[in-house]
Amino acid sequence: MLQIPMWKRVLIWSTCALAILFAMPNLFYDRVERHNDAVALFAAGDGSEAVEADRGAWPSFMPSFLVNLGLDLRGGAHLLAEVRVSDVYADRIDSMWPDVRDRLAEERSTVGAVRRMPSDDPGELRVRVGNPETIEQAAGFVRELAQPTQSATGFGQARDLDVRIDGEDIVVTLSEAERQATDERTMRLSLEIIRRRVDEAGTREPTIQRQGADRILIQVPGIGSAEELKELIGTTARLTFHPVVNATSDPDATPGPREVIYPSMDEPGTYYILEQTPVVTGEQLVDAQPGMDQNNRPAVNFRFNPAGGRAFGQYTAENIGNPFAIVLDGEVISAPVIQSHIPGGSGIITGRFTVEETSQLAVLLRAGALPAEMDFLEERTVGPELGQDSIDAGQIAAIVAMLAVLAFMLASYGIFGVIANIALLLNLSMIFALLSLIGATLTLPGIAGIVLTIGMAVDATVLIFERIREEMRTAKGPARAIELGYDKALSAILDANITTFITAVILFAMGSGPVRGFAVTLGLGILTSVFTALFVTRLMLVIYFERKRPKTLAI
Amino acid sequence: MMRLKLVPQDTAIDFFRHWKVTFGASLMAMVLSLLVFAIMGLNFGIDFRGGTSIRTEAQEPLDVAAYRDAIAPLGFGDVAITEVFDPAFGPDRNVASVRIQAQEGTEAITTEQINAVRDALQAVDPTLSFAAVESVGPKVSGELIQAAVISVALALAAVLFYIWLRFEWQFSVGAVAALVHDVVLTIGIFSILQIRFDLAIIAALLTIVGYSLNDTVVVFDRVRENLIKYKKRPLKEVLTLSINETLSRTVMTSVTTLLALLSLFILGGDVIRGFVFAMIWGVIVGTYSSVFVASAMMLQLGVKRDWSKNSGDTAGTQFGVKEG
Repeated sequence: MLQIPMWKRVLIWSTCALAILFAMPNLFYDRVERHNDAVALFAAGDGSEAVEADRGAWPSFMPSFLVNLGLDLRGGAHLLAEVRVSDVYADRIDSMWPDVRDRLAEERSTVGAVRRMPSDDPGELRVRVGNPETIEQAAGFVRELAQPTQSATGFGQARDLDVRIDGEDIVVTLSEAERQATDERTMRLSLEIIRRRVDEAGTREPTIQRQGADRILIQVPGIGSAEELKELIGTTARLTFHPVVNATSDPDATPGPREVIYPSMDEPGTYYILEQTPVVTGEQLVDAQPGMDQNNRPAVNFRFNPAGGRAFGQYTAENIGNPFAIVLDGEVISAPVIQSHIPGGSGIITGRFTVEETSQLAVLLRAGALPAEMDFLEERTVGPELGQDSIDAGQIAAIVAMLAVLAFMLASYGIFGVIANIALLLNLSMIFALLSLIGATLTLPGIAGIVLTIGMAVDATVLIFERIREEMRTAKGPARAIELGYDKALSAILDANITTFITAVILFAMGSGPVRGFAVTLGLGILTSVFTALFVTRLMLVIYFERKRPKTLAI
Repeated sequence: MMRLKLVPQDTAIDFFRHWKVTFGASLMAMVLSLLVFAIMGLNFGIDFRGGTSIRTEAQEPLDVAAYRDAIAPLGFGDVAITEVFDPAFGPDRNVASVRIQAQEGTEAITTEQINAVRDALQAVDPTLSFAAVESVGPKVSGELIQAAVISVALALAAVLFYIWLRFEWQFSVGAVAALVHDVVLTIGIFSILQIRFDLAIIAALLTIVGYSLNDTVVVFDRVRENLIKYKKRPLKEVLTLSINETLSRTVMTSVTTLLALLSLFILGGDVIRGFVFAMIWGVIVGTYSSVFVASAMMLQLGVKRDWSKNSGDTAGTQFGVKEG
């Protein structure tokens, strides 16, 4: 009747043993964490004594997976940024102008002179040709410039440009397919650049994730505040080099068509009117290093890639004696006069920098400019002290909850209570083992989820015990009562837990951040408590029964 | 050995003798909750309303009026300052929560704005520091509200469907009536006490849904079993019997869960106290509703009794081993 085959017993006990083994590192959190850090450093080639000592803090044959602590427990910053993906359209379409101009210049005999017209929408290029009657033909020439859309999946069928005729103007815009492909590239580039910048700052285990179409979630544990993080990643660091049209002291001066006005960074009250289309941009930089200029002032040395170097070399050769503006994020850093042809594609940025500023600027330039600006939709900072307080309070609450439940179960069920209590402790080990193994993140609501599980986990066991009690009354003997108890409680246990599990799954799917952490612990708690109630308590009861052969059950 | 027995072995409490009173009371409580909600509204946290919440800690005793006067000149509009209490705080830990409404033209708060608030407050108390800053833009808060409403609705629908699959539709209606009852009453108590209602409370709300359901399903499972066992007895008797049979378990589970939650409420710190309060309330209301709402509802709806003929397709699949 009450028989459990040996293989099943071995399986159940080994599951429990593994759970304890994998939950164990969390009891020695600091030591294991130091060990893990040291192992990573060691693998990276750091063999110093301190690293060696830390590596020995935890035996290497033991599992060393830890539960990740969420930002609300560890302290750190959380940012949700929205990338202005449409900013990139304007740049893309703007960069088409030389090609369009050159193509139509080739057909000058038919279409006449080509003029670029101002447009209200920065995402479109308006061109007017000298002979309006040839506009259809001219639009045809522009259409030839369209390339197949490049996307992550390769070359698509669609073309990247839409060319239409609006009155006397030929209007060139990015096609829908190209916009999507551009958005995709913008997001990937933004993610990559943010990752590089955060990595340069050297904090532990940052989370940088894309969310939805145009959002990026950034979580950095251990950073002082979201403000610091914003400064690090929020700077666009877009470096461009423009021909200077004019310098003025009037901030409201109206620049001509295709011209922009930017303030000077060092000289308040000075404004530069520049040509809108840059000669070269920071994207063509291959390296940037802090250094000194010939007057021993902090400066940043940079080098262009071959294409950028060529464009820069050609422009300087053609414009000797003309001023030339170096613009960073809409401010003119400096506007030197070109003294000579600069071949080789390297140069220096000077301005009124401090040494710190030059090294930060070099970092930003190396990591690359963000392709578009970002808006911050959400930010959260939790100080490390508050996080530690939450951990401490959560720990105490969990221990007290545990003791109270253990005592209550013991008082209510006697020897059966002992079994239920062992099952409860095993259950907790399993939750922690699973959380560590899947690398889940423990949050403050997650701790609440565990404490709630301590209370609810006994439910399945209670259902069984109560059923055994009832079955004992119909006096079929203790063995039969135990068996019937398990059989009849099964459907209630499953139904009750599946419904709760459904809500946990929905919470996980819809929730974010801490709520998700709660859903994970709740869901895992349900799985492990069903397992312990159905298998572990049963096995323990059977063993007890085999040893004692009681005539009646003290339940 | 002495045993603690909260519920005597055989109970025969007639839960439905005053069903009109209890059912009416539940209905009244729901109407009242909705009324309070309509009049006072919920004290939405920044997750749902947008804005910025700053947790300050200072060594000097805090003076809410001085804080308010310091922030007022900055022109941030609606600023709410509340003192935060916790038994774990010593006399040199004075914690306040400063809430600033969402600012026109920006999503999350800007660095300059935060620094301005910090400077203004540190002028009042130099020992003050920011333990936590949270800022949510109106765009995200709108989406969070939407996601929260959808998740609660989805949970209710999924559960309705599952119970319908496993039991009869009357069970399903009873269970969902109980859940709606619990959710409405929770919103009611949050409106009355003006406890901050944020994202975590939605999680608590869904847990309440899960817990209350847990209770309801256990009773229903017994009802289903007894309906097959006692084919001739009237539904009311079967329901009463089933509730009595499962009463001991209901009380046991509620007590262990409440023990755990109370310890968290008292010792778990102020950050999650609202969350835990919602759950404690939910456990109490949920236990009550599984008997006095779910079962009472089913009693009124009546259940088709001729399962014996083709129990397979009407009663849905059963996991339990049926005795032949």
